[in-house]
Amino acid sequence: MSVAPSEVELPEIGERTTPDTPWLTIVWNDPINLMDYVTFVFQTVFGYPKSKARKLMLDVHHKGRAVVAAGARESMEHNVEVLHGYGLWATVSSDS
Amino acid sequence: MDAFRRSSGGVRTNFDAPEASLLRSLIEQVMSLLDEATDDRPDQAFEPDAATPGQVSPGRDAGPGHPDEILDSSIHDVPGAAELDAMLGFSPRTRAPLDPALARLLPDAYRDDPDAAGEFRRYTEQSLRSAKQEVAQTVLDTLPADGGPVKLSRDQAQAWLRALNDVRLTLGVRLGVTEEFEDEWGQLDPLDPRATAFEVYAWLGDVQESLVQALS
Repeated sequence: MSVAPSEVELPEIGERTTPDTPWLTIVWNDPINLMDYVTFVFQTVFGYPKSKARKLMLDVHHKGRAVVAAGARESMEHNVEVLHGYGLWATVSSDS
Repeated sequence: MDAFRRSSGGVRTNFDAPEASLLRSLIEQVMSLLDEATDDRPDQAFEPDAATPGQVSPGRDAGPGHPDEILDSSIHDVPGAAELDAMLGFSPRTRAPLDPALARLLPDAYRDDPDAAGEFRRYTEQSLRSAKQEVAQTVLDTLPADGGPVKLSRDQAQAWLRALNDVRLTLGVRLGVTEEFEDEWGQLDPLDPRATAFEVYAWLGDVQESLVQALS
């Protein structure tokens, strides 16, 4: 599967966010999604290596939520749309 | 059902007839839940807070009470606005569904910002709905009604994962499952009417887990 290594990009100059105040993609814990499935989704959607995907999944599970990507608002909204397609409980949030 | 196994270009397994029939029925129920026509929300297209962004009232420059504005007030319920939205793939709805299971399938994208969540929903809900219908249809197209061998490409297997997850989310919300699902299930009286549903829920988890393993 060839997926971009990561969708985490710092916004370019002229976009409506600056690197100091990026937007975030947050995934929230829920009792239904399986741990292996969530890990698999992070690998598939973000192209994260399994170790990173698993660590993020465990963060979601133990801390109740995890930031899975940061960057321009548009790309965070795109992430959330894709994650909703997989049934993950994801939201966009401003870092400020 | 046997565990999914990797095969050339994808995965394969076998479903027996009752399993195939059960899964097809659950998938069909989710498709019907996702059907726009059965949505439980009132049409919000013409509510002031859901007005089309950028919609300009021609009477805007006229003072309050100006005769032009009175005549032009009809612009606020332009016939055809809903049709235009549908053509562009926009949803007239800006709030989460009332049914908690449907709300879980089509969640808000912003947690503490109802305006941003509504705006996002307006532009994306329709395509999310269609995407979910599409993956559900892939399962129906590849799972023989009488059971038997199931052979999936990687793309079809991805569709299966998502469709299975939508069924698990729907059933999970209906059953009110928590992190302690295994315990709750274990303590359930075998005669409890929910026992079968819990069993189905657990089975769906096994199917999905096996598919994830085969694809990993």
